Amino acid sequence: MTKQNDPKDPEHSSKEENKKKGGLRRRDFVKLVGGTGVAATAQALAGHTLASAATTMPEVVGSGKVIGPGPVAMTLRINGEAKKLAVEPRVTLLDALRNHLDLTAAKKVCDRGTCGACTIIVNGKPVYSCSVLAIDVADHDGKPGADIRTIEGLAPEGKLHAVSASFVDNDAQQCGFCTPGFVMSCKAYLDSHRNPTVEEVKQALGGNLCRCGTYLGVRNAVVQAAMTMKGGRA
Amino acid sequence: MADYHWPPTDKCSLIGRRISRLDGPWKSSGRIKYSYDVNRPNMLHGKMVFSPYAHAKVVSIDTSAAEKMPGVKAVEIMTEPGKEVFWEGHEVVAIAAETEEQARDAARRIQIRYEKLPHLVSDAAPDKAGEHTKQLAEQTDGNPDQNLQQAEVVSEGEYGSSVITHCCLEAHGQVAEWDGDNLTMYASTQNVSGIPGELAKANIVTSADKVRVLTPVMGGGFGSKFGADTWGLACARLAKKAGRPVKMMLERDQELMAAGARPSMYAKVKVGAKKDGTLVGWASESWGTGGPDAQGGAPNLPYVVRIPDRRVRHTAVLTNIGPARAWRAPNHPQMCVITMSALEDLAAKIGMDPLDLFQKNIQMTGQLAKTYSAELEKAAELMDWKKKWHPRGDKAPGPIKKGLGLSIHTWGGAGHPSNCNCTIQPDGSVEVSLGSQDLGTGTRTVIGIITAETMGLPLEAVKVNIGDSKYPADGASGGSTTVGGVSSSTRRAATAALNQLLEKVAPSLSAQPDDLEAVDGQIRVKGNPSKAIPWKQACAKLGTSPITAAGQRQRGNDDLISSGVGGAQMAEVSVDTETGIVHVDKLVAVQDCGLVIDLKTAESQVYGALIMGITYSLFEEKIMDEQTGRCLNADLEFYKLAGIGDFGDIVVHMMTGPGYDERGVIGLGEPPVVSPGAAISNAVANAIGVRVPTIPLTPDKVLAALEKGAVA
Repeated sequence: MTKQNDPKDPEHSSKEENKKKGGLRRRDFVKLVGGTGVAATAQALAGHTLASAATTMPEVVGSGKVIGPGPVAMTLRINGEAKKLAVEPRVTLLDALRNHLDLTAAKKVCDRGTCGACTIIVNGKPVYSCSVLAIDVADHDGKPGADIRTIEGLAPEGKLHAVSASFVDNDAQQCGFCTPGFVMSCKAYLDSHRNPTVEEVKQALGGNLCRCGTYLGVRNAVVQAAMTMKGGRA
Repeated sequence: MADYHWPPTDKCSLIGRRISRLDGPWKSSGRIKYSYDVNRPNMLHGKMVFSPYAHAKVVSIDTSAAEKMPGVKAVEIMTEPGKEVFWEGHEVVAIAAETEEQARDAARRIQIRYEKLPHLVSDAAPDKAGEHTKQLAEQTDGNPDQNLQQAEVVSEGEYGSSVITHCCLEAHGQVAEWDGDNLTMYASTQNVSGIPGELAKANIVTSADKVRVLTPVMGGGFGSKFGADTWGLACARLAKKAGRPVKMMLERDQELMAAGARPSMYAKVKVGAKKDGTLVGWASESWGTGGPDAQGGAPNLPYVVRIPDRRVRHTAVLTNIGPARAWRAPNHPQMCVITMSALEDLAAKIGMDPLDLFQKNIQMTGQLAKTYSAELEKAAELMDWKKKWHPRGDKAPGPIKKGLGLSIHTWGGAGHPSNCNCTIQPDGSVEVSLGSQDLGTGTRTVIGIITAETMGLPLEAVKVNIGDSKYPADGASGGSTTVGGVSSSTRRAATAALNQLLEKVAPSLSAQPDDLEAVDGQIRVKGNPSKAIPWKQACAKLGTSPITAAGQRQRGNDDLISSGVGGAQMAEVSVDTETGIVHVDKLVAVQDCGLVIDLKTAESQVYGALIMGITYSLFEEKIMDEQTGRCLNADLEFYKLAGIGDFGDIVVHMMTGPGYDERGVIGLGEPPVVSPGAAISNAVANAIGVRVPTIPLTPDKVLAALEKGAVA
């Protein structure tokens, strides 16, 4: 049952304490929360408080130039092509790919660096694209930005990369929503590990989650893909 | 003429083989667009504002500040002032803006005043829930009380499973796009054919025919995506108001809070037997929560092992934990945990191997008794049960204790209503169309295999059209009903189309249509391969008139399909008695489902169900804070799903061949997900010598049980 005026209740954080923190959203939130039966709140969508900070605090980058909070023109190097776009500095690489470049294979699932569905390869390493800001990997001060590889660039349309093909052969996918992230994690791993054992695969792909339960297929797919890639087919 | 009955599997070139799923390359290349991936020209992004309270009345909503925010194009009230919200995450307002970021900013400016109302988010004790309970069922068969009094051995225990969520990786949601009065919904749904009617009923459109639902693939549903949902209606309304397409998908927190909760179920059980293990009586007082309106119904206990003398009572606890939605095999995993745990405890008390106790009472499982017996035997062989099993409490030295557990389960899985159109073109191309959907189960592939097998063509020669509400109506994909439905309608449509072709071709082979068959890419005289016409030449005889034939799953009994499966599972676990961590070393599943169309995707269904089962047995729980009524783990860091390294070996054996194939096609989605909780819980009890009463078997509960039970 609900208890009134419980100091441990997060809805009753003191106004004083939050004034000190100075966060506009937080203060609005607290100001409007009453201690009695009737309460009001400016709604916050949990999990995105960091992004909101960016709207009130202009970002300062290396050159000393103040950019944002509005859209900023930038160039991303994706699958060997320079892509121009204008997005706010707070936009993640995942959202830039999905919402602005229609590269939608990287999926948005947890949006906070846990599930791996958004995995792409940046400068040869697998990264959670939900946890990278687009501006941080864009061209900067005349220097090219990071080398960004998405699954769309793994093979031409209509062809399958060896890793993708091994996922089909081993039925390492059901609903398939986690699959592009798995394929990219697997590709990045196999680029630096030619002879993985199943035990190693369990460690290497521990950062990707599947809900349908395709892990058995994935274990076998990685081993098959390693053999194919060594055979020079990829 | 071709006969629509299933050919014997040894005569099949495709049915029953291991065939890769047709949409596999679309998925593993990342090219296919899920609803979440659809980007339409000029599309807006929708966000919802939801209740922070578990129970409250909306007093007022002020959207004026939000409407002035940059990029905002439309606002839609989802819960009007005066109405109540019943869980944290309950939708209140939706807003659409040019970018996702703008929509999120604007959503924060919406001011909602609530009147907080009392909430209940604990389902642990119905006696403390006061008026928030509803007695659902009381039933007595035979003389349970007398039998339990006179039983030579009586075991008592308390068992159960917590509320969990569906946690679909593709969140609930859709893109809505209007063209005049016509609405296209790119919806992540398990019910493509059913959504138009729902939108018409909600007055979103003037008639259902104005809606087109497109779902070529979808990222998981598990029983939580049958309806258009309030956010589907709101999305369509936002798109109408703005005159532009709108995408609105739930964010992960709301997905876990508001898009489906599997009802919990707990029970105090008393079960009695003779010393030889013969079961004589059952009594259970069960309870659980199916949300604020007591959905989910009452269990039918004991599960599968129908002890004739029983007394059962069930109480629903009305809580604000979240909205109950069907979760893969509704109520079965919960009933299974209660029943199989109680029987295993009883076996331990008698000092009997539970495998022997189940076999001893196998007739109580009814019609499938022989199947269960065979499945237990096969599972025992694959687990090496007789060699590995030991009485309660692993006596081996050291903190790691190993144990074995078993469970059996059932499900119906009769095919749902289904319609299929099959077209053969004069150029030889073949396509089948159904308003069905593929949730990742292999539906598309099964339809393709049946069509190709019927026509004597390779799988690549057939085009399968599903995931579009403009195709012939098909049932919702729930309760393992899809494969039966689409298999029957597809086989009937393809056979009817082929028979029309045979009639056209017969004269040129100087034969009667009845004497012809379609095999190996040819139409030929049965038993005379020299009198044959290649498929394409045969189809060319159609001139300019393609053939279309319809097939329908027959009402009532349909001789291509049936229902009712068994299934046995055995788990081997290691429990670290110092940390309380449980590891599933091996899980064996032996499963029947009648005639298997695609062995590869069928096995994947079972593998997947077992892994999902390990997840709900060990990790998953919707954790609620009783003070605030809030969900404490509405994210994937703390709403735990098993990872690729979180379990050992999994062995799947499908019961096929004589005695199984002739039953026709039966659904497979639900049954294998039922037993893991019970089998793993039983294995843990066998390992550590005491029962951990409820799943998930988290380390804290394991340590608490060890402390209480003082294992040797």
